[in-house]
Amino acid sequence: MKYAAIFFQYAAQYLKTRFTYRVDTVIEIVSDLLSQAVNFIFILLVFNHTSFISGWSRDEIIFIYGFFLVPFAIFGAFFNIWDFNERYIVKGEMDRILTRPIHSLFQIVLERMELESLFGVITGIGVMFYAGSRLGLSFSWYDPFIFVAMVLGGTLVYSAIFVLIASISFWSDSPTSIMPMIYNIGNYGRYPVDIYNHVIRFVLTWILPFAFVGVYPAAYFLGRKDWYVYAFMTPVAGIMFFMISVVMWNIGVTKYRGAGN
Amino acid sequence: MGKYIEMIRIRFLMMLAYRTNYYSGILIYSINIGAYYFLWTAIYGDKGSIEGMTVLQMTSYIAIAWMARAFYFNNIDREIAQEIKEGKVAVELIRPYNYLLMKTMQGFGEGIFRLSFFSIPGMIIVALIFPITFSADPIVWLLFVLALVFSFLINMQINLLTGILTFFFFNNAGLIRAKRVIIDLFSGLLLPISFFPGWAQRIMDFLPFQGISYVPSMIFTESLSGSAAVNALLFQFVWVLILTVPIQVLWLIARKQLVVQGG
Repeated sequence: MKYAAIFFQYAAQYLKTRFTYRVDTVIEIVSDLLSQAVNFIFILLVFNHTSFISGWSRDEIIFIYGFFLVPFAIFGAFFNIWDFNERYIVKGEMDRILTRPIHSLFQIVLERMELESLFGVITGIGVMFYAGSRLGLSFSWYDPFIFVAMVLGGTLVYSAIFVLIASISFWSDSPTSIMPMIYNIGNYGRYPVDIYNHVIRFVLTWILPFAFVGVYPAAYFLGRKDWYVYAFMTPVAGIMFFMISVVMWNIGVTKYRGAGN
Repeated sequence: MGKYIEMIRIRFLMMLAYRTNYYSGILIYSINIGAYYFLWTAIYGDKGSIEGMTVLQMTSYIAIAWMARAFYFNNIDREIAQEIKEGKVAVELIRPYNYLLMKTMQGFGEGIFRLSFFSIPGMIIVALIFPITFSADPIVWLLFVLALVFSFLINMQINLLTGILTFFFFNNAGLIRAKRVIIDLFSGLLLPISFFPGWAQRIMDFLPFQGISYVPSMIFTESLSGSAAVNALLFQFVWVLILTVPIQVLWLIARKQLVVQGG
């Protein structure tokens, strides 16, 4: 309850700052839309020259991409911890975080939120409707609930991976570029994992489970029965991975020694 | 002239001091190349060639496009924006050099550093993992090097333009990001321009972007050769000349209406 109240207070403050720099906010949203459009155009262009990629049709690939955008947008809105090492560990900001009366990870989520990236949810759903209507997909009354569960699962998976990577900084604050590396690996999850070789597929399912953000949950809505096991594992995987990452985070916080000044 | 060459040297040495940052950069680019490699092999499936390019040419194209990006890519636009925002630009303007030329030289120093510590070793590593063809023809290499220099200049000029726009917008982080995304697509980094539909190709013939990535990569994979390659180089050269005009004009206007925010 207290957490929810604090969350809304922070969100309100955030919106105020964004409305002060309106032009900047609009340009940022537009540039987000642009980068989503670029990936979309890429898929369209590629399918001008082929009709199937490893047995997936154009609209199926577009649908997967649309689904991917939704958890990715929620992740982007709340887990801007890609510069956690420099911002909080090296500069010693973590000291301040630890004096706050709420959980340290939650405090960082509040401080670093970027609500405008939630626009990606709308784009994603729009893209899914576009592809879904062309595929003639039918939806049952319970599908919206499954969708929410899948999206939450995907978001948790994505967040868990980055919380885990950020936790490494508690043990070693030497600058590593592991964050952008993982960020780029995340792009692999936008496409059906069966285009990759077995090693990469295994990594994307069990080690850096980005496949749970895009192709696995989307396979449920596309009616790909052979993928249902993975599809329904999405929420479970999300909760599991996120719990592991929070435990790692908590252990890491006890190892934190401050940067000194 | 001496001071500008000194600028190249200083920036090179500066980058050298932080060279460990770049080993992971090679890995990141390899990851990206890998993603596109698998995607393209899946796209080709059992097709022999698409738009006159074989799958081997396509993977070579992707690899060289990314590794060349390491050379021409820099954050000079963000640096300029930062200096304008912090008011440092006022001091820069009274120093005895041309600010924009000095920025270009810094970018060039960075480019030479990345070429020798990033692109070349990166290309060797990538060639070990993925199948890539290298031309044996010295003419191709010569044309490629020329194309690369022009691609650096065009990208640099677009960066200068975006940077100068900070004078008018004050905060243009969004614009810089948008520019980067547009260049990734329209320069041919993500896929060759020849894969675009005809009408889009005709529009892009009137834009400078394909001079950044498409031209050098096509020359490298020998998809463009002979007079087509020479024409492409001319296309780049003309754009380098054209782009100097808006830069100079905007720069003059910007200096007249300079507002220093703090300092």
